[in-house]
Amino acid sequence: MELFLHQVLAGLATGGIYACMALAVVMIYQAIDHLNFAQGEMAMFSTFIAWQLIQWGLPYWLAFGATIAISFVAGVAIERVVLKPLHNAPVLSHVVAFIALLAILNSAAGFIWDYTIKSFPTPFGNGPLFEQGLMSKHDGGMIAVTLLMLAFLYLFFRHTRIGLAMRAAAANPESARLAGIRVGWMTALGWGMAAAIGSVAGMLIAPVVFLEPNMMLSILLYGFAGAVVGGLTSPGGAVLGGFLVGIVENLAGTYIPVVGREMKLTIALFIIVAVLCVKPSGLFGRPIVTRV
Amino acid sequence: MMLRRTIETRGPPAAEVAGMATPAWRVIVFVLGIVVLATIPFVLKNFYIFQITLAVIYAIAILGLNLLTGFNGQFSLGHSAFYAIGAYTAAIMMDGFDISYIWTLPAAAMVCFVFGFLFGLPALRLENIYLALATFALAIAIPQVLKSSLVEHWTGGVQGISIIKPDAPFGLPLNSDQWLYVYTILVAVVMYVGAHNLVKSRTGRALIAIRDHPIAASAMGINVSLYKSLTFGVSALYTGVAGALGALAISFVAPDSFTFQLAVALFVGLVVGGVASISGTLFGGLFVLFVPNIAEHFSKGLAGAVYGVILLLVIYLMPTGAAGLVRLIVSRLVQQGRASGR
Repeated sequence: MELFLHQVLAGLATGGIYACMALAVVMIYQAIDHLNFAQGEMAMFSTFIAWQLIQWGLPYWLAFGATIAISFVAGVAIERVVLKPLHNAPVLSHVVAFIALLAILNSAAGFIWDYTIKSFPTPFGNGPLFEQGLMSKHDGGMIAVTLLMLAFLYLFFRHTRIGLAMRAAAANPESARLAGIRVGWMTALGWGMAAAIGSVAGMLIAPVVFLEPNMMLSILLYGFAGAVVGGLTSPGGAVLGGFLVGIVENLAGTYIPVVGREMKLTIALFIIVAVLCVKPSGLFGRPIVTRV
Repeated sequence: MMLRRTIETRGPPAAEVAGMATPAWRVIVFVLGIVVLATIPFVLKNFYIFQITLAVIYAIAILGLNLLTGFNGQFSLGHSAFYAIGAYTAAIMMDGFDISYIWTLPAAAMVCFVFGFLFGLPALRLENIYLALATFALAIAIPQVLKSSLVEHWTGGVQGISIIKPDAPFGLPLNSDQWLYVYTILVAVVMYVGAHNLVKSRTGRALIAIRDHPIAASAMGINVSLYKSLTFGVSALYTGVAGALGALAISFVAPDSFTFQLAVALFVGLVVGGVASISGTLFGGLFVLFVPNIAEHFSKGLAGAVYGVILLLVIYLMPTGAAGLVRLIVSRLVQQGRASGR
């Protein structure tokens, strides 16, 4: 029982990372209606910008704020420059554009900041949160910030005009345009917000996994998994899904003997596929209803 | 009625080009292609022959993916898994059981068909992004499963398996690279003719109907579940055969050759070549093999970035892939031909 509790707590700590990423994934899914494979690399790049700012001597929170602002602008710019011209291309071409973005950002980060592993400071301190020491203060802070972002997003989408307009633009672009919403700019805004949230996720994750150009590859995958399990239409579900994936991964690694360390990822993913087979739109997502 | 199409493939029919009726035009292209393919092994160096062999192998794998995604509308980011299963089937048969390489292809085809069909069953419940994630999970899982201690006895674990390149039979005056090229081309011709016939058949129309409107398709009496999982099987079969050929060509298999990057590469090849285009997959195969090398040529440090930029440019210039571009040019030519004929 002791071991079980410990594993759940450790799972919650890693789950915090995934939840953070899952939230960013869902955010952009709301804005553009598909998954952005370059999301992880965007977050990684933002984190490098933050690291550079801190290296130049900026205090942490100033660098934090500046990075969010830069990421927001960069996200909007990417949408305007890279994806707007593809507006009428088939969906699969968009996915290839994401893959291209991923390759560009990854390689550029490696070129500018090289591939050595860098440590990233944490504002919450490194000591343990409880006596057992399974969850550090940073893990606690990360979970708190994720929940805070979630609350902020909930308020933004539920109670502001622009949030409503964004939801409308994503759900039904034609009708939204007829209602006077500038759909193109709403999409760009969605990209900007997703990039900003991604940058927060990156800066929170970096102290745990260390900063290097490939840090996000597996984390993004877990983020996708969390988002899909929780339901791509529900930010709250995505955060919960992220925690669930973290816990399941840890428990599978501990209790299923064949799994061990290396197969953890595989088992976690298979559990997720199994969940999806029972509940295809995720645990908290709205079922997909199409008009015939 | 609002119908959101995920895959757009329509192009104006290529009725006639510059006064020539389509069959004559097609025959000329076909004969030219055969002549070029036949001369390649005798004029190029072995290394280039090897590369072109690989490109054709990738093209077959992309063709498999295209049958699934392009014609049946099911996403897959996990075809590296079937490629790996095909490759390992061939390698284990040759290394562990001393079976001739000739028999590895049918065996890889059967094994992959069964795997694909079985994976297609749970995939029936998943759509679009969810299916993409499930298949992506498969792609991530395969290298780890191949390395795991359960199957290490067969797969050789991280080390992989080395096999011997087959020599030309009947005392043909070809070295092993040249023979493998000829062999690959022969297999490719069979696979392409098969795919063409499949798509043009009653079954093919059923697949396309399912892609365009599953509800309408089932209303017309098409067994959607059966066709979808069968397509998964056939698609896996094609990719598995490509995998077996790839194992022969490289004469080595190891888990890390089949990471999800291979799956992404196949997907890129599919889109760049043209979704739902059979001949476009050849362009896709060439792109997947050569463009990363070209990018590396430009700049070692920024190879990934150059690759990304090339990819973006290709997508800008040909949003519907190479096949879409060709269709567009042909239809322009047709219009001009008509205008000047008047």
